Amino acid sequence: MAVSQALVETRALIKTFGPVRAVDGISFTVGRGEVVGFLGPNGAGKSTTMKMIAGFLEPTSGSAYVAGFDSQRDPISARNHLGYLPEGAPAYPDMTVADFLAFVAGMRGLSPAQGQRRLAELVESIDLADVWNRRIEALSKGYKRRVGIAQALVHDPDVLVLDEPTDGLDPNQKHEMRALIRTLAPTKAIIVSTHILEEVEAICTRAIVIARGKMLADGTPADLLAHAPHRDETMPQLVKTTPLEDAFRHITLDQAGV
Amino acid sequence: MRALVLIFRREFAAYFATPLAAVFLAVFVGVSTGMTFFVSNFFDRSQADLSSFFTWQPWLLLVLMPAVGMRLWAEERRLGTIELLMTLPVQPWKIVFSKWLAAFAFAGLALVFTMPLWITVNWLGSPDNGVILASYLGAWLMAGAFLAIASCISALTKNQVLAFIGAVIAGFIFVMAGFDLVLAAVRPWAPDVVVQVIASMSFIGHFQRITDGVFEASALVFFISLIAFALWLNVQILDARKAA
Repeated sequence: MAVSQALVETRALIKTFGPVRAVDGISFTVGRGEVVGFLGPNGAGKSTTMKMIAGFLEPTSGSAYVAGFDSQRDPISARNHLGYLPEGAPAYPDMTVADFLAFVAGMRGLSPAQGQRRLAELVESIDLADVWNRRIEALSKGYKRRVGIAQALVHDPDVLVLDEPTDGLDPNQKHEMRALIRTLAPTKAIIVSTHILEEVEAICTRAIVIARGKMLADGTPADLLAHAPHRDETMPQLVKTTPLEDAFRHITLDQAGV
Repeated sequence: MRALVLIFRREFAAYFATPLAAVFLAVFVGVSTGMTFFVSNFFDRSQADLSSFFTWQPWLLLVLMPAVGMRLWAEERRLGTIELLMTLPVQPWKIVFSKWLAAFAFAGLALVFTMPLWITVNWLGSPDNGVILASYLGAWLMAGAFLAIASCISALTKNQVLAFIGAVIAGFIFVMAGFDLVLAAVRPWAPDVVVQVIASMSFIGHFQRITDGVFEASALVFFISLIAFALWLNVQILDARKAA
């Protein structure tokens, strides 16, 4: 049963790998229409948090809910509402794009006719026609990532968890991916991890900054900017940075006590 | 049910996605026949039966089945596709079972390709075809047991070579369970019951009774329960890795 209005909710999520605490007490909720950007340095715990939401990893303590269903205790219901793009957009290299997506559609419970109809829509919106009958191992990184997105959208889920959806894409493809996420946004709750700061400004309604497993900031991109230290305009800058980068560096380096 | 069929189809097709399947089938048929004719001296025995073929099956399957089963989970882990597969709305046991079933079907196909031998002995004489059929079924079940063990071990690693070696070692223990090599290590300290139980786990023991023409329920029950147990363990391993 749904226990809250939020489409995604995590409560005090903790994950330890041996002596390492990869995720350390992360709680937040995401509602419909929100696009939340997970921001943080590499190894901050973004992917681990996403894996726990998707139910691939079991939290050491705490829980994650998708559409009100506990991803551990009621995994099948939770997964029915979730589209998940794992890190690196894995897919079976020996399958063609068409076969792979038809396989996922079937596994998601779509009838062959429904699957065909849905895939026809996705070919259009994700622009996969050129590679439709090509084997996935022969695809460029950009196309592979798009197949990963298509796979996550097959069942038109309420919740999308996308781990670095624009990683490895060229600027045009990045632009298209962001446009796609924006068109999906109003009807879904979306979590996107990234370490590209301009992405947060481009598509996110909210940003959560994570470093060393802890949540350091949670707010609109504008809120985040307020963290930027005042810059002395008279000092020459060795490396040009944007105000958002300054804010990010300030939050992740200073507050984490580095 | 649909998920079972879809995974089975995908996995079975995956064997044929590379030339590996053809190479494997050629090796299996080649070595099986080679052993039968040249090592066991099929013609010198002047017996129209396939016992010289089946004698080698436990050893051949011991090495070749891990080669078929090693990829089942290790490859998913290496590619990262395990993360897709295990976040689909399907119970893990269904995935484990269908993957094994695809490998089992592939093993069945390999055995079917050796059937010209069966035709040959029928052409040369009049063998007991009932025993040969039972022996084929026994060999297939034994292959299934090797595959279930391989699948289980494959779930522990993302390295297929390690999965292969682990599966051969585990399979070897089962093959040798009835022999002194294994029993001598247990006898000094274990009570007699334990020694008996271990001896009764012998793949060769169960298989030999089938090829001798005694197709009894106990062999059937043994292989099927071993397969069920290994696949159950496979599910547990996947579950434990989630919490690791």
